[in-house]
Amino acid sequence: MKKKLTDSNLLLIITIAVFVVMYSCAVTMLGGGFTKPQTFLNIFNENAALIIISCGMSLVMITGGIDISVGAVTSLVCMCCAVHLDFKGGNVFTSILIALGIGLLFGLVQGFLIAYLEVQPFIVTLAGMFFARGLTTIVNSTQFNVENPQFKALKDTRILIPGIGSYNKKGIFIPAYIEIGVVVALLTVAVLFILLKWFRLGRSFYAVGGNAQSANMLGINVKRTKFFAYLICGFLAGVGGFVYFLHVGSGSPSHASGAEMNAIASSIIGGTMLTGGSGNIIGTLFGVMSLSTIKNIVASLGLDDAWWTNITVAAMICIFIVIQSVVLSRKNKSSH
Amino acid sequence: MTDKKLSQDQNFFLRILKKQIFIPISALLVLMLFNLIADPTFFRVELGISSLGYPVLKGNLITILDNASELVILSIGMTLVTAASGGQDISVGATIALAGSVVLRILCGTDTLTDHIHAPIIVAFLACVLVAMLFGAFNGVLVAYFKLQPMVATLILFTAGRSIAAWINNNTLPNNTDPRVGYYGNFFPGIAVPSPILIAILFMIVTALVMRFTKLSLFTQAVGINAESSRLNGINPQLIKFMTYVILGFCVAVAGFIKVSRLSTINYSVIAKDIEMDAILAVALGGNALSGGKFSISSSIVGAYVIQFLTITLYRFEVPAAALPAYKAIVVIILVVLSAPVVRKKFAELKKNFTAKEAN
Repeated sequence: MKKKLTDSNLLLIITIAVFVVMYSCAVTMLGGGFTKPQTFLNIFNENAALIIISCGMSLVMITGGIDISVGAVTSLVCMCCAVHLDFKGGNVFTSILIALGIGLLFGLVQGFLIAYLEVQPFIVTLAGMFFARGLTTIVNSTQFNVENPQFKALKDTRILIPGIGSYNKKGIFIPAYIEIGVVVALLTVAVLFILLKWFRLGRSFYAVGGNAQSANMLGINVKRTKFFAYLICGFLAGVGGFVYFLHVGSGSPSHASGAEMNAIASSIIGGTMLTGGSGNIIGTLFGVMSLSTIKNIVASLGLDDAWWTNITVAAMICIFIVIQSVVLSRKNKSSH
Repeated sequence: MTDKKLSQDQNFFLRILKKQIFIPISALLVLMLFNLIADPTFFRVELGISSLGYPVLKGNLITILDNASELVILSIGMTLVTAASGGQDISVGATIALAGSVVLRILCGTDTLTDHIHAPIIVAFLACVLVAMLFGAFNGVLVAYFKLQPMVATLILFTAGRSIAAWINNNTLPNNTDPRVGYYGNFFPGIAVPSPILIAILFMIVTALVMRFTKLSLFTQAVGINAESSRLNGINPQLIKFMTYVILGFCVAVAGFIKVSRLSTINYSVIAKDIEMDAILAVALGGNALSGGKFSISSSIVGAYVIQFLTITLYRFEVPAAALPAYKAIVVIILVVLSAPVVRKKFAELKKNFTAKEAN
C-alpha cells in the first residue's frame, strides 16, 4: 500500500512542479499580465465550475469508470435555472435546489444503471449526455442573459482579498478578488480530499477501482460504492452547473460544450488513471490550473487562433501521458 | 413426439434469442414496423432527377442507407479496435476532418475557391488514406506499445485533430465546385443508386472477404480476450492491436472522403461532429462488449443502420435537430437495459417460473 501511495504522490509532485515551472516561466519571460495577482486568481474565477466537475470526474475515474455526461448536465442546469429565474419568476434559492436536483437525478439514474444493472458506463453516460443536451434545447433553444436582480447581485459579488492587488496606470490600488464560485470549488476540493483520504467510502473507491473482485472479498459492497461514485459525480455536475451559471449568467444550449473532455484531461494531467485505483483530488485541481495556464500563455503569445490552443493542450496531455506511462512501467518493473 | 417438436421449436427460438445480432435486428424491425404503421408510404422509392439531370432513386429508405454509409464504415473499424484493445477511439471525428482537409488541400491547391481539380482524385484519395492511416498508427503505437488506455491515447488527437485540419488549409474553408469531386458523395453520372451506398456495400464485401480468408478475426478476438495467453500461443498482441488502429485509420479515410465529397467543401469544427459517439454506440448496440473480446461486425453494421433509421424517423415526426439527442438517448437506454446481462437473467428466470407454473 505504501509503495502505491508514493507512486501517486510522485505523479502529484510532477503535476505541481510542472504547473509551478510553467507559471514562473510565464511570469519571467512574458511578464505583463502574469505578474498581477489578479491574473493568477482569474484562473480560479474562470475555472471554478471546471474544478468542481473535474473533481467528480476524478472520483468516477478512481473507481475505474467514466462519466461523459457532466458537460451536458452543466448546460442543462444553466438553462433550467435561467428559465426558472427569468420566465417563471423564481428566486435564487429555488434555482439552486433545481440545479442540485438535476445533478442528483442524473447521478441517481446513471449510477443505478451502471452499478446495479451492470451496463457499460461509457454507454450510459453517453446516453445521459445526449439526453441532457437534447433536453436543454427542448427547454429553450436560444441563448439569453438572465435579468433577475437578485441573481445579478449574487453574480457580481466579489470577495476581495485584503493586502493583495496591483496598482493601475493612475496609481490607484485595485484589490484582487475572487468570485463566490471559487469558494464553492475550493470547498469541494477540500471535502473530497478528506473523503478520499480518511473515510471508509473514499478508501473503498480506490479499492474498487484497483480490483473489484478483491474489494468484494474484503467485504466492500462494490455495487454500492460504484453507485455512490456516480451519484456524487452527478451531484457535483449539478453544483458545477450552478457555479458555471453564476459565472456566465446566461442559459445556452452550447454552454460547457466539451467540458467533459476538459475534465477528463484535467484529471489525467493530475495523475488520475482511467484504469482506476489511483488518483488524487489535489492533482486534479492542479490539472485544471495547468490547462488554464497553458491556454493563457498561448493567448498572450499572440497565437490567438483556437487551433493553436488545442494543439498545445494536446501536446501537454501527450507529455503527461508519457510521464505517467514511464512511472507505471517503473512500478511494474520494481514489483516483478 | 409433439413434446420433442415443441422443445426443438423452443430451442430454435432460444438460439435466435441468444444470438448477438438479435437485439439490433429486432430494434431495426420495430422501427420499420413503427414507420410502416405511422405512414404506409414510408418505404416508397421513387425515381427522381438529380442536380446533374440524371434519373436517380429517391425515398426515405435510400436516404437512410445513404446517410448511414460513413457510420457503417466507421463502425467496422471501431468494432475491431474495441475487440482488440478493449477501448474505443474517440478521435475518429477529428481524423475525418483531417483526412477531408488533406483531400481538399490536394484538389484545390492553394486556391480557396476553384472550379477545376488540381490533381487526379485518386491521388487525393491515396494521400488522405496515407495521412489517416498514419494518424491511426500514431494512436496504435500509443495504445499497443506504450500501453495507454485507448481513450486517453486518442484524447490527444481528439483535441488537436480539428486544429491540425484547419492548419493544413491555412484556416480557410476551400471549396471545389468541380462536379467530379461530388461523384463519390452524391451520384455517379448514369448510376441511380447514391455512391456512398455502393462504397459502403463494397466495403462490407471486402471486410467479409478479409474476415473469411485471413486469421485477423480470430487473432483479434484472442488478443481481446486475453492478450497474455494469445502471446504464449504465438500471436503478437501488440502488432494485432496496432493493426486494428491502422485499419480504423483506413475506414476513417474512406468516411472522410465521402463526407467531403458530399458537399465539396469542409467546415473543420462541424464536419463529422460527434460521429465518434455514434460509432461507439453502433458497436454497443450491436451487443459487442466495449471491454473487448468476442465481436460481431455484422451486428455493429446493423447497429449503425438502427442509429440512422432512428434519426430519420425522428426527423419525420418533426423533432427539431437539436432536440434529437434526447429521444435518441431514451431509445439507447431502453436497448442497453434490455440487453444488460442482469436484466436478461431476470427475464430468463421469470420465463422459467412462468413455464413451470403452466406445466403444473
